[in-house]
Amino acid sequence: MIRLEKLTKTYGNFVAVDDIDLHVPRGELFGFLGPNGAGKTTTLRMIAGILRPTAGSIRLGGDDLIAAPMAAKTRLGFIPDRPFVYEKLTGAEFLRFVAALYGQDGAAVERRIDELLDMFELSVWKNELVESYSHGMRQKLIISSALIHRPECIVVDEPMVGLDPRGARLLKDIFRAFVGRGGTVLMSTHTLEVAQAMCDRIAIIQEGRIVARGTIDELRRQTAAGDASLEELFLKLTGGEAMQELAAILTD
Amino acid sequence: MPSLVRILAPKWRTALTRLRQGQGGSSKALVVGTVGLVFWLAVFGALYRVLSYFRGVEEIGPLLAGKLLSLLLLSFLSILLLSNVITALSSFFLAKDLDLLVSSPVDWLNIYLAKLGETLVHSSWMVALMAVPIFSAYGVIYDGGWLFGFYAMVVFLPVLVLPAVVGSAITLILVNVFPARRTRDLLSVIAIGAAGGVVLLFRIIRPEQLARPEGFQNLLDFITVLRTPTSPLLPSEWATEAVMGYLVGPLDWLPVLLLWSSAAALVVLGGLLHAALYPTGFTKAQEGAERFIKGWVWRSVLDPLFKPLSVAKREFVIKDLKLFFRDTTQWSQLILLGVLVVIYLFNIRALPLFTGERVPFFLVTVVSFLNLGLAGFVLSAIAARFVFPAISLEGRQMWLLRSSPLDLRALLWSKYWVGTIPLLVLALIITVFTNVILQATPFMMAVGAGTIVLLTLAISAMALGFGALYPQFETENAAQIPTSFGGLVFMMTTVALLAVVIVIEAVPVYGYLQAIYQGRPVRIDGTMVAAFAAVVAICVVATVVPLKVGLKKMEGFEF
Repeated sequence: MIRLEKLTKTYGNFVAVDDIDLHVPRGELFGFLGPNGAGKTTTLRMIAGILRPTAGSIRLGGDDLIAAPMAAKTRLGFIPDRPFVYEKLTGAEFLRFVAALYGQDGAAVERRIDELLDMFELSVWKNELVESYSHGMRQKLIISSALIHRPECIVVDEPMVGLDPRGARLLKDIFRAFVGRGGTVLMSTHTLEVAQAMCDRIAIIQEGRIVARGTIDELRRQTAAGDASLEELFLKLTGGEAMQELAAILTD
Repeated sequence: MPSLVRILAPKWRTALTRLRQGQGGSSKALVVGTVGLVFWLAVFGALYRVLSYFRGVEEIGPLLAGKLLSLLLLSFLSILLLSNVITALSSFFLAKDLDLLVSSPVDWLNIYLAKLGETLVHSSWMVALMAVPIFSAYGVIYDGGWLFGFYAMVVFLPVLVLPAVVGSAITLILVNVFPARRTRDLLSVIAIGAAGGVVLLFRIIRPEQLARPEGFQNLLDFITVLRTPTSPLLPSEWATEAVMGYLVGPLDWLPVLLLWSSAAALVVLGGLLHAALYPTGFTKAQEGAERFIKGWVWRSVLDPLFKPLSVAKREFVIKDLKLFFRDTTQWSQLILLGVLVVIYLFNIRALPLFTGERVPFFLVTVVSFLNLGLAGFVLSAIAARFVFPAISLEGRQMWLLRSSPLDLRALLWSKYWVGTIPLLVLALIITVFTNVILQATPFMMAVGAGTIVLLTLAISAMALGFGALYPQFETENAAQIPTSFGGLVFMMTTVALLAVVIVIEAVPVYGYLQAIYQGRPVRIDGTMVAAFAAVVAICVVATVVPLKVGLKKMEGFEF
């Protein structure tokens, strides 16, 4: 469903994403892990069509994002890490606007808006301006907007930020159900428990390169880590020295 | 405890870094510098002429010069008060650094002084720059010498401090009564309404009549009016007395003393008020402005109106209209626009064309023709305020627009027509009404209306194109976007377009005037057709090219 080939992004001399190859098939929830500044967000924003790759290709469901952007983007729902939305629209108006961007309107969209707002417990806020929403409510609204047009794949950057435990649980259930129905999710996260519990496969990215990929068991085998947890694997793969230094600073 | 200097350090360090990095390079500095210099020279030149004329008038010359200075300073004072009230709201209650400052062990007095200084600098820098050529002209005409520069600074500084303290205090009281976000809405309307009212009043009083002594019954009345201070209790009057006393004598230190002692006393009083009211005000400022919106009203009005458009275009237009009319800082500017149009037409009506005998045909035609340039300039300024920021304002939501299958041409199309249609209505009102007032001929009416339609289409496209070329994605306040470098480049380019169109059309208009003057029938000859065709071609190019360039630039945007 999502296929990246030799994907590269440079800013001047700085290589943010370096020659990444990745394939996420239908019906899979794929986790993207890595330390801050590793290139996760850049990769996801390239897949969403917000950043242009310096080299390489991105295919969504067989459509090349550069050659046929409209067809490719129609398949996609993107959830960014920072929930910037139009402050002076109401929740329902925002969702109606997003549906229109995908060429959808009418009674079906109205039904879907009610359904999504209800699911995320935002129904009472339906006609309130977004400026009065909390961070978590905005995040829920953005997640709803990514689902409004019934996408085939969802690319999501740090989905749990700002969500209360109930919202986080709901999101996990939604993603699992979406994948169960043949959808694809590519998700970046810092919450290793979430990744371990939810993802079918995981890639760990560091300095723009994928340093390991596979299921948790495959990662353990690759790193000869016995029955280590994902956290231990992560630290091993991304250099745990920094963490030790941090612990030293905090206990100093 | 951190000192005042330490609290202010991030601000001036940021400013220094910006200066060092030169944001945009030397060409940008050159353009801004040149425009600034031309503006200064123009103000200086105009005032120099007026003051040299006043100096030549015996007895009442210095009185007239003093009156003019007091009027200028009074208008500065009112502008400063309004701008300080609005700026104080941001710096004292909505700024991003406040959470850090308030949660740190910083003395309340230091927060007050730091934020007062920030308010003062942000709201007064433009007035301060404007004052330089004004005081220079006074200094040069009345031989003030080099010391006058320093003296003027000593006099002018308290004039900046006083409205900053009063403005901040007014905001502090208002925020304690209303929540900050509501106060911002309220203030925008009050400020814009007040500004419109002041301008309207100023036009209706017609201060230029002061310079026409024949309007008074006798010279004594006139001198009495001049000698009476406009407002003896206002700092602008003290500053005028101090400056004129230095320049034409007798030198009196009392006004300077009054200025500085009042400024110092008000800072102390402002500090005490801050200590008493700021904690509750700051807490209130954190409250959101909950708003329940009757969305169905919008839908029932706008949906049928835009039914023929495609889904994306329709929702885009509706979204833009909603965002505009729900944002008080945006729609309230329409009040000012209305005042501007009234004043515009009022001024045309007040032209000394209709005194006594029948207006000469030649004069009416020339005024009607030159009005095109003026109307074009007014439209450019309005486009700079309303159309130019359109792309920048999408910046934070660009993740959504770029990740969706929205054709950017649809976005540009919506933005273009949402901006252009109101501009076209305004353009036609200004031009047609002016020509009706002037009783212009059908030929001039047709030339005026046709040209202004073409110019509006081009100006709007250029505003959008330059807005995309020089986006300001980080600026949240739409009113600040046109004052950027891109806004300046846009204004300069539209002025050039207006000049080219006026020069080309002057040829057929001159031919028409000559024919009427010599009693010949007006012939539509090759020159006339070629000139109008050239104007059409130029305007079409000025419409299409900026839109294409803007689209290309938008396709390359990265976030």
